[in-house]
Amino acid sequence: MSEVQDVEKVKLSPKDFATDQDVRWCPGCGDYSILKQVQSIMPDLGKDKEDIVFISGIGCSSRFPYYMNTYGMHSIHGRATAIASGLKISRPELSVWVITGDGDSLSIGGNHLIHLLRRNFDLNVLLFNNEIYGLTKGQYSPTSPEGKVTKSTPIGSIDHPFNPLKLCLGADATFIARTMDRDPKHQREILLRGNQHVGTSMIEIYQNCNVFNDGAFEVFTDKGTKAEETLYLEHGKPLIFGANRDKGIKLDGFTPVIVSLEEVSEDDLWVHDETDRTKAQLLTNFFDNPSLEGHLPRPFGVFYVEDRYRYEEALEAQVEYAIEKSGKGDLDALLRGKNVWKVD
Amino acid sequence: MIKEIEEKREVTIVFAGDSGDGIQLTGTQFTNTNALFGNDIATFPNFPAEIRAPQGTVAGVSGFQLKFGSVEVATPGDVCDVLVAMNAAAFKVNLPRLKKNGTVIVNIDGFNARNLKLAGYEVSPLEDSTLADYRSIQIDITKMTRAALEDSGMGKKEIDRSRNMFVLGFLYYMYNRNLKGTEEFIKQKFAGKDDLIDANIKVLHAGYNYADTSEIFTSRYNVKAAQLDKGEYRNIMGNQATAMGLIAAAQKSGLDLFYGTYPITPASDILHELAKHKNFGVRTFQAEDEIAAIASVIGASFGGKLGVTASSGPGIALKGEAMGLGVMLELPMLIINVQRGGPSTGLPTKTEQADLLQAIYGRNGEAPMPVIAAASPSDCFSMVYEACRISIEHMTPVMFLTDGYIANGSEPWKFPNSNDLLEIKPKFAVENNQNYLPYKRDEMLVREWAIPGMAGKEHRIGGLEKEIDTGNVSYDPENHEKMVKIRQAKVDKIAEDIPLQNINNGDKEGEVLVLSWGSTYGVIKNAVKECKEEGLSVGHVHLRYINPLPKNLGELIKGFKKVIVPEMNNGQLVKIIRDKFLVDAKAINKIKGIPFSTAEIVSAIKGEEELV
Repeated sequence: MSEVQDVEKVKLSPKDFATDQDVRWCPGCGDYSILKQVQSIMPDLGKDKEDIVFISGIGCSSRFPYYMNTYGMHSIHGRATAIASGLKISRPELSVWVITGDGDSLSIGGNHLIHLLRRNFDLNVLLFNNEIYGLTKGQYSPTSPEGKVTKSTPIGSIDHPFNPLKLCLGADATFIARTMDRDPKHQREILLRGNQHVGTSMIEIYQNCNVFNDGAFEVFTDKGTKAEETLYLEHGKPLIFGANRDKGIKLDGFTPVIVSLEEVSEDDLWVHDETDRTKAQLLTNFFDNPSLEGHLPRPFGVFYVEDRYRYEEALEAQVEYAIEKSGKGDLDALLRGKNVWKVD
Repeated sequence: MIKEIEEKREVTIVFAGDSGDGIQLTGTQFTNTNALFGNDIATFPNFPAEIRAPQGTVAGVSGFQLKFGSVEVATPGDVCDVLVAMNAAAFKVNLPRLKKNGTVIVNIDGFNARNLKLAGYEVSPLEDSTLADYRSIQIDITKMTRAALEDSGMGKKEIDRSRNMFVLGFLYYMYNRNLKGTEEFIKQKFAGKDDLIDANIKVLHAGYNYADTSEIFTSRYNVKAAQLDKGEYRNIMGNQATAMGLIAAAQKSGLDLFYGTYPITPASDILHELAKHKNFGVRTFQAEDEIAAIASVIGASFGGKLGVTASSGPGIALKGEAMGLGVMLELPMLIINVQRGGPSTGLPTKTEQADLLQAIYGRNGEAPMPVIAAASPSDCFSMVYEACRISIEHMTPVMFLTDGYIANGSEPWKFPNSNDLLEIKPKFAVENNQNYLPYKRDEMLVREWAIPGMAGKEHRIGGLEKEIDTGNVSYDPENHEKMVKIRQAKVDKIAEDIPLQNINNGDKEGEVLVLSWGSTYGVIKNAVKECKEEGLSVGHVHLRYINPLPKNLGELIKGFKKVIVPEMNNGQLVKIIRDKFLVDAKAINKIKGIPFSTAEIVSAIKGEEELV
């Protein structure tokens, strides 16, 4: 719809994507960092502001579109993915971003998420995972760990949590990645990678809720533990981690084992291959409780990428095929049908 | 032997058999042939909820009723002149509909010991006095069909599948119709399978010839072409008309049609029809559930398309929250409810009009939405077109109601020329307006539609209450109350954009006003006509626009001493009428999953019916 401008377009800055609305998340919320990073990559999308749409459901994170000076919709609980599906079918050329939380996308909207992923619309899903219901003031969520004490689970949660990325891979997602609010550089890198991917980019972002679930991801972000507890994935590079980068992951058959680089050569380590679906499945299983002895580090980065056809493109192709085959629709011929009789 | 031709003004036939007997196809073919001949016609398919209910059982009976005439035909008929029963169960279920002295054509093979037992007969009704009051024609259709295809090399099971063609051929002879249309249909249906084409045509002729030579009839019947208004006609089913109305509205508004839906009886045929017309730029999307269906529609509407979803009662209940979002967003979108018997799963294949209050009130908060209802199969076209027009031009979700009776029923349709359809003008934001405010309104309280891609009009909308004009989130008490009133006033103002209500039939003032809506139109029209012929003072007002109501309805009501409201529910429109006009309207209710009969309405008009 955009008109050709006489003046050459000036590259926008992140500030151009901020709105005049006060940002109303709690002070210290991880959402601020994500908002900042998202605004920071917007000028690099190669899209005009008016061709970008943010769609959210309900929850703290879902306030996000109000703070983006693009087109946006703050919709209803769990349905952002379904709304985005209809938008993407209708307007394939738009850059569409779904903003959702762990309750929004994995509980009330779980069904739509898996169907979105299998259809592989070309859009981006940012799943703000804080392992808690924040907006409703602190009930456990489908990603809260077993035993979690919250307002609704005073004796501890007996709900076994989802492993979100494993679920997404199971739904045949074509791009899955994990990043976190406290690592802006990595976040930015993953957001850009997600945007590049043609297909549904599923990005889980660990996001700290400092009011109702403070420190849920502290072991992955705290300077003292981060290096030991996290594993940064890079395509074509061996899986190495540790404060002194002295540990690696080696595959013993299908079982990943932690090895010391003093004993095992780098050449024998598992080399990350983003296109290897089987290994991506193993990686999503790196989901151990960090307090357990011998647990695996938690991976961050791009787990898996696959090039698969997009629903909206296939539908456009069908429309074109139908026009080619039957000619462009003629309304009067349709109304008339094939069996007409005349009354004189 | 040359047989005499006896003229009939109208004939009602019921075809009945197992759901696997091809009854619907037989009925449809007979309908098409008579429609093409020029009869006025109305049909009513009646099928079991199970796709393949146990063979030969009462639960598995599939029926197709049609009435065709040389005079105006407003309903598929209360009782039938001819019953075709392929087995004992079909006979048992449908015999009560057969007129005294009516004709029953039975397939003897369907009355063997097993069939009789399944139907619950101890003695064959063909052998006791059951048929005393009727004229019965007993044929071993199975045997005849097998004999006709003896040399075809086909298996018994395959051969038996074309028994319905024997019946069709037989009736074509009986009613002096030609076989050409059905022959063409067979050739198209089995294109590439010459053996099946030959077999079916052979059996069709076998039925025709059998009727001719067997001396069952001393005379044949003829139903002359009806004196309909001049013009060109085609036959059309309600769901098909709805699909075409949507395509027409999309074309005339310049918006692409996006149809997001989830399969549900009896609405799915709209999807099937639309999916065939992608060359009109129609995008159909079979979503993962009812909520996703309407959510996808909201996405499409936000993107500037004509978003439409359809379902039946249970699915509409699931869409409630999203409809509320639609009301808040003030985007055009259409929600179609092809009603069926409820509550819950209810009677999926039976008809009812019990979702009216759901349509008008069934959302949380104050969430007014226009409601429009079709009166007959072909009326689905006109009224869904109107529903789209109102939705697009008034920037609001609209609920369009039909029901299983008119969705699956058919009638001749004097189809319009596309040039004669009202223009539909979307309210897109003015291009050079750089101070776009998403909730600024015109004199009809309609906001402008800015869609992604329009530079300088980027904005955010959502389900939270909006500030007047700006659309920013607002929790201000004064603002909320004003916005609630504005949304209501916006819907109320649509009354200025719809036609005034006519007296549809009968007197303009007098004793009894029959006030109705939806699929009861035809039967009430018949009943009012009958009462007028008897000299009663009665008028008929049939509502197509239910929210808002036509501005002059109150005046029309005042012209009558008594108002009765027949509905296939427990009394819903009647509540609205009492509420809006403070009149002592009487409810006339039938909640049996089947339409009213003319006789029932007549006795209600006469005050004989027990009134609620």
